Amino acid sequence: MAEPIIKVEDVWFQYSPEVVALKEINLEIHSGEILALIGQNGGGKTTLAKHFNGLLKPTKGRVLVAGMDTKETPTHKIVAKVGYVFQNPAHQIFMSTVYEEVAYGPRNLELSEEEVDRRVKEALKVVGLEGTEEMHPYDLDYGKRKLLTVASVLSMNPEVFVLDEPTTGQDHVGRRVLSDLCIKLNKEGKTVVVITHDMRFVARTAKRVVLMAEGRILKDGPVEEVLYDYETLRKAFIRPPQVVELNLKVGKFPEKFLTVDEAAEMIRGILKSR
Amino acid sequence: MEEYPVIVEDVTYSYPTRENVLKHISFKVKKGEVLGIIGPNGAGKTTLCLSLNGIVPQFFGGRMSGKVIVAEMNTFEHTIAELSTKVGIVFQDPLDQLSGIATTLEEEVAFGLAMLGFPKEEIDKRVEEAIETVGLKGLEGRSPYELSGGQQQRLAIATVLAVKPEILVLDEPTAQLDPIGKFEVFETIKELAAGGQTIIVAEHEIEELATFADEIIALYDGEMVLKGEGKKVLSSVERLKEIGVDPPSVTELTHLLRNELEISQDEYPITLDEAIKLYGEVLK
Repeated sequence: MAEPIIKVEDVWFQYSPEVVALKEINLEIHSGEILALIGQNGGGKTTLAKHFNGLLKPTKGRVLVAGMDTKETPTHKIVAKVGYVFQNPAHQIFMSTVYEEVAYGPRNLELSEEEVDRRVKEALKVVGLEGTEEMHPYDLDYGKRKLLTVASVLSMNPEVFVLDEPTTGQDHVGRRVLSDLCIKLNKEGKTVVVITHDMRFVARTAKRVVLMAEGRILKDGPVEEVLYDYETLRKAFIRPPQVVELNLKVGKFPEKFLTVDEAAEMIRGILKSR
Repeated sequence: MEEYPVIVEDVTYSYPTRENVLKHISFKVKKGEVLGIIGPNGAGKTTLCLSLNGIVPQFFGGRMSGKVIVAEMNTFEHTIAELSTKVGIVFQDPLDQLSGIATTLEEEVAFGLAMLGFPKEEIDKRVEEAIETVGLKGLEGRSPYELSGGQQQRLAIATVLAVKPEILVLDEPTAQLDPIGKFEVFETIKELAAGGQTIIVAEHEIEELATFADEIIALYDGEMVLKGEGKKVLSSVERLKEIGVDPPSVTELTHLLRNELEISQDEYPITLDEAIKLYGEVLK
């Protein structure tokens, strides 16, 4: 098997002597994966994700990004591999037009103006914001502003995308647009890591799920395995998607399903075969 | 005779910088009932909430026609201060609600009451009651900033409840919270509803709302596109999808299977429990 793009080896992290945020984390993420990081606030999700691009360095243990130790490698080399989309767009947006915002990253990579222009156009196209180049970022609605933050990471062309709670504050359409975008990036070969509290989003988007609580990984596995582990989820106070709960509580379905469409298809099949 | 603490009649409103954010909105809320407001971001949910204690239009300006009557007061004829004693509003982000100067939970809850000039004994009594109601008893001496998101939002609810408003308005109270926080806040709202509090709540968490809302209205681009009993509105699957709102998963599932199951729209389940019953029978 190929070397993982991100390798977390026995990582501990302390914000202060009293606050141990990560305990004994071991995790391998391979190129091309799409995974969700779930768990309550304070459980360590964001702290762990910030280790993926060197924003935080382990107190103990090590993190390798494309084989590079984040403690010994200049941050700009790590950041070029792993892009981080922050939860609050206001923490990321600082230029006065959409174009300049998306151009900022590639300009810092000292690319030619033609290459910068090409990347900006491409990134805006992928997130569906073509035509807004000259607008002020704050004239975009909240959902579009979120897409802009994805575009400004996309223009850096990283291999790995980390999205920190992209669904918070989004309405249902916004959540679906972001889910589609994650799937699209993944199909284009990007590795995608999404932190979220929305289990319907997880079921629709992710193939692998890592559940964290109290600084540890409680469960790591394929999405249908983790979302059907009712007991472990309950320990972390998480309810699975409603159709999963329906499947578990009715207890008569021949197989697992994760989405409304999958459930409908299975039930239709059962009714037809009678 | 039925009592209606909230009467909204043909309200149309424009902010100084945005036209027709609400268009011809009319509804009434019965005493002791819960009204849910659903709809995509930008549909007018927050503006409608703010119109219920006069902040819209008194604070924001703009133009408003029609009328809003809360606790028998016309919002055009009373000050925001007067209206606020009858209509308590809880915002999306608890940090917007907290005073920023209180060092303990008790002080935070007492702050609003002191501003309103209540005597000390009454303040003490109400603070204790409100903190107990939202399940924060035992944490009275903590700093509001040492609380989790769910606890902060429950504290925000307590500060509003302490004033004993006739009507409690919550504008996406769980949007910024993690699953535990959402659970805690929904439990608090359900208890208040069971206790007969009149509640208006804007929410994206439709599957939760389905378990306790008596009536629901759906807004889209400033218009009220659906209105009625919770079950009726949430079963309007196609209309909801058109405006970008996902109905409860079990309702959508049943709609997809309506021909096979030979089920009519008024029999759709809207909660998990109803769906477990239906599909338990179907698969027997």
